[in-house]
Amino acid sequence: MATLEKPNQYKVIGTSPLRHDGVDKVTGRAAFGADIRLPGMLYGAVLRSPHAHAKILSIDTSEVEKLHGVHAVVTAKDLPDLESRVVELGEGVINRKYQSNNVLARDKVLYFGHAVAAVAATSLHVAKEALDLIRVEYEVLSPVLDVRKAMETGSPILLEDLRTDEFGKKGETRTNIAGHYKDACGDVEKGFREAKFIVEREFVTKMVHQGYIEPQNATAQYNPDGQITIWCSTQGSFGVREQVAEILEVPVSDIRVIPMEIGGGFGGKIGVYLEPLAVLLSRKSGYRPVKLTMDRSEVLAATGPTSGSYIKIKMGADANGRITAAEALLVYEAGAYPGSPVGAGMGVILAPYRIENGVVEGYDVVVNKPRTAAYRAPGGTNAAFAAETVIDELAERLGLDPIEFRLLNASKEGDRRVNGSAHKRIGFVETLQAAKESAHYQAPLTGPRTGRGVASGYWGNYGGKSSASASVNEDGTVSLLEGSVDIGGTRTSLAMQLAETLGIPAEDVRPVVADTDSIGYTEGTYGSRTTFATGWAVYETAKGLIEKLKERAAILWEVEKDKVNFENGVFFSSEEKLTFKELAEKLDETGGPVVASAAVQPKGYGPGFATHIVDVEVDPETGKVDILRYTAVQDVGKAIYPAYVESQIQGGVAQGIGWGLNEEYLYDEQGRLLNASWLDYRMPVALDLPMIDTILIEVANPGHPYGARGVGEVPIVPPPAAIANAIHNAIGVRLTELPMSPARVVDGLK
Amino acid sequence: MQSKTHVTATINSEEVEFLCEPRQSLLEVLRETLGLMGAKEGCNNGNCGACSVILDGRLVNSCLVLAVEIQGRNLTTIEGIATPEGLHPLQQKFIEHAALQCGYCTPGFIVASKALLDQNPEPSEHEVRAWLAGNLCRCTGYDRIVKAVLDAADTPL
Repeated sequence: MATLEKPNQYKVIGTSPLRHDGVDKVTGRAAFGADIRLPGMLYGAVLRSPHAHAKILSIDTSEVEKLHGVHAVVTAKDLPDLESRVVELGEGVINRKYQSNNVLARDKVLYFGHAVAAVAATSLHVAKEALDLIRVEYEVLSPVLDVRKAMETGSPILLEDLRTDEFGKKGETRTNIAGHYKDACGDVEKGFREAKFIVEREFVTKMVHQGYIEPQNATAQYNPDGQITIWCSTQGSFGVREQVAEILEVPVSDIRVIPMEIGGGFGGKIGVYLEPLAVLLSRKSGYRPVKLTMDRSEVLAATGPTSGSYIKIKMGADANGRITAAEALLVYEAGAYPGSPVGAGMGVILAPYRIENGVVEGYDVVVNKPRTAAYRAPGGTNAAFAAETVIDELAERLGLDPIEFRLLNASKEGDRRVNGSAHKRIGFVETLQAAKESAHYQAPLTGPRTGRGVASGYWGNYGGKSSASASVNEDGTVSLLEGSVDIGGTRTSLAMQLAETLGIPAEDVRPVVADTDSIGYTEGTYGSRTTFATGWAVYETAKGLIEKLKERAAILWEVEKDKVNFENGVFFSSEEKLTFKELAEKLDETGGPVVASAAVQPKGYGPGFATHIVDVEVDPETGKVDILRYTAVQDVGKAIYPAYVESQIQGGVAQGIGWGLNEEYLYDEQGRLLNASWLDYRMPVALDLPMIDTILIEVANPGHPYGARGVGEVPIVPPPAAIANAIHNAIGVRLTELPMSPARVVDGLK
Repeated sequence: MQSKTHVTATINSEEVEFLCEPRQSLLEVLRETLGLMGAKEGCNNGNCGACSVILDGRLVNSCLVLAVEIQGRNLTTIEGIATPEGLHPLQQKFIEHAALQCGYCTPGFIVASKALLDQNPEPSEHEVRAWLAGNLCRCTGYDRIVKAVLDAADTPL
């Protein structure tokens, strides 16, 4: 890891203390969702559809109820039949009917693995046996598996009530097109007339899964007074509360969500699957707690994936290397219900460059595959794969170094995007310059059939609502409560911001992730928002503590409060001084405990840019691509907790490499998922990867007290494009379909 | 209902007795019967290594072993890696190198790495990567895990 920056001006921020939950995590003591065991607890299992598209004619559960050990069975009849209505939840908009129907299919199943019924029994074995006794009568329908076919007139229709959201207006005919969006600027035809070179290509990518190692799980206790407690593995406990309240039509105040440790999410653990079922089963089983866990094949078939896509992009550049026009069409698979990240993909596809004449058009299309969920920079990787491959080809036509060509066109502060918004303070140019000067880019490439590729990426990041609360202990430590689930070291990145502000060591802060009844509203750990937005809440909380402690010092010193100052962890007046710790010991004599809290919704989040360099070696006989060397350069604003910033980048790169080379959902013609196991859905293992080098650029985000930008998402945006460009450099073949698996590489060479 | 089988084994240096059904995996019995929750289920079919344990000196996935098979044998789980004196060097190095994010795969990686170092105290980077190819981590990209293992080993860095 290299950091190109002036010396660190902070004492705690920018260092890498040991994470507070480290010992729990390395000893096996950390309690994840599936680790919960309650007295009298039952175990649940879910019956899933063997068909991709079918009407449910009847469900007969009478035999199940006779099986010894079975305590409850639920089908969609046990759920409120919700009207189609889009509701604003704290974490975005959802259609509550579709959300309910995804949890349990009502009239139709829309994908292989769609949940149809659930049971609770005394053991998981009995619960699974019980599933075999449920009789479901289906009328099988033709599946729709390809977005372009789904858009054709006459295609089988998935959702009878779906109408196209056409630039904000609803269409009038039955359709699989959920949304049609467009951004434009300038005069594209004029721009293409000015071009000396024009490159136009089509790209296809397949569904891929987040691949978190911990399967979804949920445990619920329904009490006779209607009070509900849920223990689960989620990125956002308040989001679970809202979704369960909507689906079950109960008040949010009746639900308490206790977030357990979470074994990875990457966007896939925001929406609920099992939580409402666990609540219903608990209610129907005589108020016994019920635990539901998915197995891996359920996770792959019925949760998560991000969209496969079809993208067509055309770009032109003049003889001076200026991009004169760009046109892009993005068609994304939503899965069974609307909501693909095509809008985000549209935002990413041309964002790194100054485009005076551009059109970006997008379609959100339902198909008979699982409802898609967010996955790290959702929609961004598909888009950048297309755009950055075409950028590379234009550079080649112009005879320009690919980084030089990007530098000629790179967006800077104030430049307008195709959607009209202007870039704030960004560090894209800085990433390109650092990449150009890096040891990796300067090193010669050796060996036959090796190639080097470069690609850049953008992600907008997010702010959102967060709360924090802190209390000063008499030994000078501070207990910190916060509502952001810790997926990757944020207990510590937040504790560090509190410690920096209070002038105490990070080790003197005790961070605790609180449940929904114990802390103010906090959005989930997504959108690269936790260190930024919950960091803001923690910063404001620390400021609150300082103000209250100044009052205490004023009492001790018998001076007015405004005569007390605070700097570097020391309270002082013209005559006296006390360290934070010394003052903490004197709270009893000045009025008792000191606590502070803050709730924030900061808007000043800053986008992240990255430029990646990769060297590959291609075996032309087998088509296998080996990653020889990888360097990721990224503007991180300010690396609050550098070891974990680097780890975010390395993890995102690894996922991007998997997406680029191996990972894809394989369906047969009936829409049955053929590779619902990790043997066949091939994620990178340690042997597939080299060390992943990082260069952290710190262009401080003016919207955060310590300059932080979101860092977690943009690292997954460039890798497939960078690898595609490296493969082209190695063997002269442009691959336009993901993954670039051995078979596709061999085909490309034919 | 199937009748249960009585099993005696040495787990983390203690003699342990339990009853289990013949169909129950070792992973299930560790977690549900013995309360040893450190071994995690990621796939339940031997592809992820999150449930790694050491059985008579050999690294195995506890989801692929039946609990009845450990009769009379010696088992080490993540709960048996640290000593009363403190963390095992691998555990310490995983924390120091920030070799984890979510921590779900971590017990499996530490158990697998211990099995490696027990038989090869100075593995090369390639040997570490090859040995750990049976353990999936989706958060870190493996970089810091490999460095932590090399640092805990006697391998000169």
